[in-house]
Amino acid sequence: MSILDKHKKIETHATLLMVLAFIVVAIGGLVQIVPLFYLENTIEKVEGVRPYTPLELAGAQVYKNEGCYNCHTQMIRPMRDEVTRYGHYSLAVESMYDKPHQWGSKRTGPDLARVGGRYSDEWHVDHFTDAKQVVPESLMPPYGFLKNKVIDGRYIADSLKASRIVGIPYTNEMIENAQADFLAQANPDADSSGLEARYGEAAFGRAVNVRNFDGSPKITEMDALIAYMQVLGTMVDFSTFTPDPTR
Amino acid sequence: MWDYVKLIALGLIAVLAAIAANFARDLAYQVNAITVMLAAAITFVVLLRGVGEPKIVNKNEYLDGVVRAGVIATAFWGVVGFLVGVVIASQLAWPWLNFEFLQGIGNFGRLRPLHTSAVIFAFGGNALICTAFYVVQRTCATRLWGGNLAWFVFWGWNLMIILAASSYVLGGSQAKEYAEPAWHIDIWITIVWVAFLAVYAGTVMQRKEPHIYVANWFYLGFIITIAMLHIVNNMAIPVSIFGSTSVQVTGGVQDAMIQWWYGHNAVGFFLTAGFLGMMYYFVPKQAERPVYSYKLSIIHFWALIFLYIWAGPHHLHYSALPEWASTLGMVFSIILWMPSWGGMINGLMTLSGAWDKLRTDPVLRMMVVALGFYGMATFEGPMMSIKSVNSLSHYTDWTIGHVHSGALGWNGLITFGALYYLTPRLWNRERLYSLALVSWHFWLATIGIVLYASALWVSGIMEGLMWREVDANGFLVNAFADTVGAKYPMNVVRTLGGLLYMGGALIMCWNLWMTVRGQEAKAPVNANNAIPAA
Repeated sequence: MSILDKHKKIETHATLLMVLAFIVVAIGGLVQIVPLFYLENTIEKVEGVRPYTPLELAGAQVYKNEGCYNCHTQMIRPMRDEVTRYGHYSLAVESMYDKPHQWGSKRTGPDLARVGGRYSDEWHVDHFTDAKQVVPESLMPPYGFLKNKVIDGRYIADSLKASRIVGIPYTNEMIENAQADFLAQANPDADSSGLEARYGEAAFGRAVNVRNFDGSPKITEMDALIAYMQVLGTMVDFSTFTPDPTR
Repeated sequence: MWDYVKLIALGLIAVLAAIAANFARDLAYQVNAITVMLAAAITFVVLLRGVGEPKIVNKNEYLDGVVRAGVIATAFWGVVGFLVGVVIASQLAWPWLNFEFLQGIGNFGRLRPLHTSAVIFAFGGNALICTAFYVVQRTCATRLWGGNLAWFVFWGWNLMIILAASSYVLGGSQAKEYAEPAWHIDIWITIVWVAFLAVYAGTVMQRKEPHIYVANWFYLGFIITIAMLHIVNNMAIPVSIFGSTSVQVTGGVQDAMIQWWYGHNAVGFFLTAGFLGMMYYFVPKQAERPVYSYKLSIIHFWALIFLYIWAGPHHLHYSALPEWASTLGMVFSIILWMPSWGGMINGLMTLSGAWDKLRTDPVLRMMVVALGFYGMATFEGPMMSIKSVNSLSHYTDWTIGHVHSGALGWNGLITFGALYYLTPRLWNRERLYSLALVSWHFWLATIGIVLYASALWVSGIMEGLMWREVDANGFLVNAFADTVGAKYPMNVVRTLGGLLYMGGALIMCWNLWMTVRGQEAKAPVNANNAIPAA
């Protein structure tokens, strides 16, 4: 055990102990994290994944602030039951603009990675207001109060700007029109052609959902949250894209 | 002179916080700013009243006031954390407890981070900080370095807890599990943590003993690693300096990897390495035996800190994380079983020749059962990290049950043991108020853990099996909602388990309170305060 006897050097020298400990704990993270930033096959190359529209981004913020990730995952595993229940397994590319990611760790409620388009807006309003009305077994807390929280997108351009700093490709035009796009998406009577041009079919191959999501005249956090729900998992078109199973 | 600098700084902080409250974009941020303003104002007044007063510092005594404050804070936050846990467990059993009229403030999604932060960072954090300050002074035979910096660490940490807790319930979470505090609180945590490291390392460096005792290796390893994890995991760009919201620098797959590198090592270092430091001091002290094996300690320390950091990706099996990373996580998690049990054996075998004390000393019994739960949880963890097991257990209640065997069994019981050890010594009392009450606490806690863990084994494995069940035609047998409904009895049992555990903690608080209220010992207990002459 002579090598252990040499430990005297370390345990009588505080700085040496701390430096060695730091080196030892740094290794694992370096090996596991750093390659994910440069290995090319970490994230698939797929068309269609776009940054969230201003209203969807506000909805994602509601999702985070309310702590939805405590009970809902957004990560479908490639197992038979999950693919049958929730749809195609999740790709890395689909969450690349989620900062922070919302994969979650616990399914007290079902996975939401592909909830977009699965239920009507009205269903969502009912379900958020009183989940037991639509799903008797549900444990979900009431979120009807979101319908009373009126929002006007006053600061949404700042969110887009901060997102651009960390690499989400919002253009100057998107940032300049952030509040207008925010208001246009929840108002079917407004002119949403600019929003559609920036985030829609021409640019990303899929039209933006423009409608009064919560059915009430004002734009509320409920509108934003449902706009976010309705876009989840809809960006990649699996009728034209087949992921490489060996990745 | 120095006092005036401090007064000016505090005044400035109060004014800036008032301005921030005025321009605040969200309620969570505004309440945080007002809290900071009040904290700065109170500190200002306290400091002002002391200006010019002669300061008497007995350099020949340990700095124990901060440890006493830490003992009180640990017990207080423990009860708060357990109470919130019982509340959210009840919400899972009886969802109407998510009251509509609270407008979201009392919803599960906001209270669950409050529970995890209260037990990990408030209860666990205060326990770690106060025992670290106690242990490092005794094992280095020197007073804490840095004068009142230790008090800054204590108050700074507890201010952080109040900021974070109020922020969560008002909707200020940044949505990273176990790292929910918003960007401005994260900066404050960093400042407090660096001060903690400075006090701790400074004390170790001025030690009078030539060797650094093993408990201090673990405490140092824990402090350094948590600093690294916290900074990397919380890199974010604030949307505005007047709001809680921020955008994480990393996203998607890389962020998930960093999150669980952080998340698993919050377990590995905050809840394991730090608490092992506690174990290496208090178990030998309470058993009045030396640590079983010095060489095993060396292997335990280096193997544990090296291996733990790799285990994170086992939280991401079968996800969009590349398979090489998740396989690495699994392999290292399984290897990790060995140093974990090495540490457990080192702790348990410390009782060699003193096993009879288990019959008469309920405090020692508590510590030993804590080690037992540590061993159980560190076996269960590697098992659950195996991909095929994980495919069933992941996303289910089993994971929550596993965490609670570790947290309630290991962290909770070893902390209670340390509090029972510390209280008579810190307040110079001859003995605890009642050993019978310690026994009551022990049994309530143990039965509570067993109920909790077994309820969630049953519920987790059941829901995992129900999710994947298909009939002869290949259709899913159960709707998701069916699995939710089926968990009702288990959710009731887990609430009951939590209630028992909290009841035990309340008995402890009563016992400690009565101990402190009792008569002072005639002779100082264990030459309590005086630093031994060099």
